[in-house]
Amino acid sequence: MKFKIYRYNPETDTAPYMQGYDLDIKAGNMMLLDALILIKASDDSLSLRKSCREGVCGSDAMNINGRNGLACITQLSTLKQPIELRPLPGLPVIRDLIVDMTQFFKQYHSIKPYLVNNDPPPETERLQSPEERAELDGLYECILCGCCTTACPSFWWNPDKFVGPAGLLQAYRFLADTRDQATAERLDNLEDPYRLFRCHTIMNCVDVCPKQLNPTKAIGKIKDMMIKRTV
Amino acid sequence: MLNRIVTGAHYGLRDWLIQRITAVIMVIYTLVITGYLLLQPAIDYNAWTLLFSSNVVRTFTLLFLLCTFYHAWIGIRDIVMDYVKPAAVRLLLHVLVIITLLLYVIWSVQILWGM
Repeated sequence: MKFKIYRYNPETDTAPYMQGYDLDIKAGNMMLLDALILIKASDDSLSLRKSCREGVCGSDAMNINGRNGLACITQLSTLKQPIELRPLPGLPVIRDLIVDMTQFFKQYHSIKPYLVNNDPPPETERLQSPEERAELDGLYECILCGCCTTACPSFWWNPDKFVGPAGLLQAYRFLADTRDQATAERLDNLEDPYRLFRCHTIMNCVDVCPKQLNPTKAIGKIKDMMIKRTV
Repeated sequence: MLNRIVTGAHYGLRDWLIQRITAVIMVIYTLVITGYLLLQPAIDYNAWTLLFSSNVVRTFTLLFLLCTFYHAWIGIRDIVMDYVKPAAVRLLLHVLVIITLLLYVIWSVQILWGM
């Protein structure tokens, strides 16, 4: 199988380049990450992030044949050859397929991704009804791999001001939580022309999410909440 | 203040909502006028003058144009915000766009009622 992989080592290379690799394997049930591990066995200078190798940690997000995804849950047999692998777009490259996700996490932290509840903690847990808990489905599953945010042109252009789909999905995860008491502050935090409203609903985020989540829908629900409290 | 990122101007929702509402009004006007014109046997000078002699048509045309200008203001402002970084240049461009659009409003009234 043929691969073309983005290579860049800022200590030795003046510019990034694409390196070809040829593996003598059959796709079978193999995942892309398995092939990458084989390539790394023959060329240990290739750098990439990986951890759980089953689509839970979100470490091995990369651009696969022009589309963001997780290498560990992408079937080799579904990919057209030569398989072209690049780092996630729109973020600074540290080396090869490894990007600097500082900006991504800065935006994530800016939406206060934790429960705000000033009531004294009860003896047991803070209870929710099954219906209230169901509101969080499709939101809490996000693994912060960055596939959606780095597929978003609004984030490419305003990474310092637009929160991005992953951050906004998490913002709604806490807005939708009945145990959270900071709804007004959370909405205020997003009520500006950049942080939420730079989303132009092109839905690249929905298209690439490896967990089949829908940030665009969450963004729409945040807008609904804002309208509800305004009119 | 060295490259501090400032966000939080509280007009995000208002402008987003206004852009949607003006779009809906523009669509309705366009459909009604297109439908009317399609039903006319011939669209000549007489048909146009008859159509625009009605104050109702003039008023709704002005409403349509005002919506277009407001809609355009938000769109152009967003583009300027994306591509022009120095705040002073940005403000100057915003003022120029507002003046242009206000002149368009006056011009529209002149066209509609000056016949």
